[in-house]
Amino acid sequence: MTDLYRRISTAFGPEVPGLLGFLALVLVVFGVFAPNFLTGANFGSIAFQLPELGLLTLAMLMPIISGGFNLAVIYTANMAGLTLAFVLNQYGGVDAGLWPFVIGVVLAIGVGALSGAVMGAVIAYVGAHPILVSLAMMIFLRGLGEFLTKGGDISGFPPWMATLGHGTLLGIPVPLILFLICAVLWHILLTHTRHGFSVRMIGSNIRAAAYSGVHTKRTLILIYTLSGVMCAIAGILMLSRFNSVRVGHGEALLLVTVLACFLGGVDPFGGFGRVLPVVIALIVLQVLSSGLNLLGANQHLSTAVWGLFLVGVMVLRWGAARINERRRKGS
Amino acid sequence: MPADAPPVDALRFSGIAKIFGGVKALDDVSFTVGAGEVHCLAGENGCGKSTLIKIVTGVYQPEPGARMQIFGQDYAQISPTQARKAGIAVIWQDLALFAEMTVAENIAFETMLGNRPRGVSYSRLRTAAASALARLDVDLDLDARLGDLPIAQRQIVAIARALVSDARLIFMDEPTASLTQSETDALLSVVRTLSARGVAVVFVSHRLAEVLEISSRVTVLRDGKLVGVYPTEGMTQSRLTELMTGSSFAQDVMARDPTGSDVLRVDDLSRAGEYEGVSFTLRGGEVLGLTGLIGAGRTELCHTLFGMTPADRGRISLNGRELNLSSNRDAVAEGIAYVSEDRLALGLIQPQSISDNTVLAVLRRITGGVGLLSGQKQEATVAHWMAELAVKIGKPADAVSTLSGGNQQRVVLAKWLATQPKVLLLDCPTVGVDVGARAGIFRIVRQLAEKGLAILLVSDEVPEVYMNADRVLHMAGGRIVAEWDPRRTGLSEMEAAVYA
Repeated sequence: MTDLYRRISTAFGPEVPGLLGFLALVLVVFGVFAPNFLTGANFGSIAFQLPELGLLTLAMLMPIISGGFNLAVIYTANMAGLTLAFVLNQYGGVDAGLWPFVIGVVLAIGVGALSGAVMGAVIAYVGAHPILVSLAMMIFLRGLGEFLTKGGDISGFPPWMATLGHGTLLGIPVPLILFLICAVLWHILLTHTRHGFSVRMIGSNIRAAAYSGVHTKRTLILIYTLSGVMCAIAGILMLSRFNSVRVGHGEALLLVTVLACFLGGVDPFGGFGRVLPVVIALIVLQVLSSGLNLLGANQHLSTAVWGLFLVGVMVLRWGAARINERRRKGS
Repeated sequence: MPADAPPVDALRFSGIAKIFGGVKALDDVSFTVGAGEVHCLAGENGCGKSTLIKIVTGVYQPEPGARMQIFGQDYAQISPTQARKAGIAVIWQDLALFAEMTVAENIAFETMLGNRPRGVSYSRLRTAAASALARLDVDLDLDARLGDLPIAQRQIVAIARALVSDARLIFMDEPTASLTQSETDALLSVVRTLSARGVAVVFVSHRLAEVLEISSRVTVLRDGKLVGVYPTEGMTQSRLTELMTGSSFAQDVMARDPTGSDVLRVDDLSRAGEYEGVSFTLRGGEVLGLTGLIGAGRTELCHTLFGMTPADRGRISLNGRELNLSSNRDAVAEGIAYVSEDRLALGLIQPQSISDNTVLAVLRRITGGVGLLSGQKQEATVAHWMAELAVKIGKPADAVSTLSGGNQQRVVLAKWLATQPKVLLLDCPTVGVDVGARAGIFRIVRQLAEKGLAILLVSDEVPEVYMNADRVLHMAGGRIVAEWDPRRTGLSEMEAAVYA
């Protein structure tokens, strides 16, 4: 058992075995007590719900590892969705073909990237705190979006777009495939590229990184640009799942993305964090919420359980660290 | 017995030892300070001065067998609270003051602390602060914000604070390190006032001139052992240097004539408020020392040579070609490396791994074919440099903060040597490195020079450059004011000039 623990933690990071244990525990408890929990339909619905939150969490992850924050993830996603919706509506709405979609997606990603690049540039060159900069961007985007949509919904998209939001490929939900591809890309980016390396170093000590020749300003701009791109992908997915865009869609997910990052062992002070444990944390959150739902609990109760879950994980990590320390002293 | 019995000594410690992880930081040291005496604790960096102060103030507990007496009272163990109650105060180099609070609040806030909550009486606070300043014969604006005061006046505030809590023995840790000569004189006069009022002062300093001027006796430590306690009357600077460093010192000057050609050439380099008209050449295989007081412009000059701040005027050329550095990345690409004086905050990324810190400046070199970092190349690079510089590490994945100061500095060197530099700028490379490890660092420096590297060795410790450099430049007030050959100019002459 301890051998398995050690092998998993050396291969995937020290957070992973604990989170897998949690996941197993949650699965067993709900499997026993919740009717219809261990069914394909339930896991199918989890698989459709997870990607939205997952993509937004990936967008939050990179800024947090760099010691920053991106409060604008939701509204950046909304704004990218709006961009795609505008383009589709311009080219026939329900009758729009593939090309308007492609152009719309490119523009949507461009809008996400622009929002991020502006934040990154202000953070890098003005030296303002990322929380303030992204707060400003969040409020700006919300106001702009509400102004453009007059506070309403935009809908009327070609029916085939539902495939993106609700379809399956080889039995796997398309949104899940999209999310997994993004997660793998993010993992490679963070662990195997110079950019990812610099992100971690900046997160621990930006001045020391600069003294060592890391181009900190460029790295910061790239971090928020990539975060914006990921928001845009989430926004496009949200559009095709709800078949409409409204500014404020998914607002409640903002702090859940932060919760998922910290559950996944990302250091709140920056410098450390990996994609895989965050993905597992996301799965745990989603399983918790769907299990409670099947038990007939209120949606608000499941939010409360999420909060308790984070507290529980922190207490357990503190305990594990103490045990480790004692063991090290003993040996 | 006469009416006025001899006053009790402020401090009587003997048999003090302290072992850290098998290393004896202090070995059977005794230390006595008379009441109202100005006593100096002298020794090189890492000789055990700080450890001794921390034992006296209860931060560390000595090894069993120590005898400790404070103002005549015996202690089996001293806690920080007991030490304060007994009247011992320490003024550390960082002063531990509140920049946002006023002078009066900084001096007297402790009178407002207590177990029970109660209102703060600003009039009592001001009275207490004013009387403490009066005892020092100093006049300061009680309402000035501390952060607005020059460092010298902040020191006065720290001393006054010690008086408010009835200190009868004050330790001052390198109090003059960042002061000008006139500020130093003012501080020394405050110290004399304290002494006249019966407060004993232990002065920790390696500036020998002021040590001899202010104190009546000096306790010299070397490598954790007591060398002796000497009256300062009749003591000379060179004799004291000998005591601090060991007698073999004078014969071991490393200087020789470098054979390489000019590598780095600096012409009339100036930057307003930092340095002025600096010119020198640095040859391949040469270790050029650069010494001077804190604030002389040494680090600022290094920053410009490393491309981090532009010069207003002047030229930097490398191998005959003029450089135009717009960032330190340009400097690294040209083959200039800079080991920062602040290893903790700037030299290394402390929480990150030894391995990642080592390759931080050479990410391009460990990138594989498809543009991804190669774990194999990283491992190989790290293994090579850890072996080359004999760094004692556990696992390369351990946080660099787990290493000792000396090994951390080797990791910094590894990081920069991996960039294959032509010029190595070493800014106070032995800060926070203990004596034994310092010798190791300088051995590496010498070996690197022998391989043809051009090295600028910056240090505020004159003996370091005297011992290890081929030539020594003296910087003061932003200018190069003298050039010495350690084979011709003695250490005491250099020190007299630098600390004048």
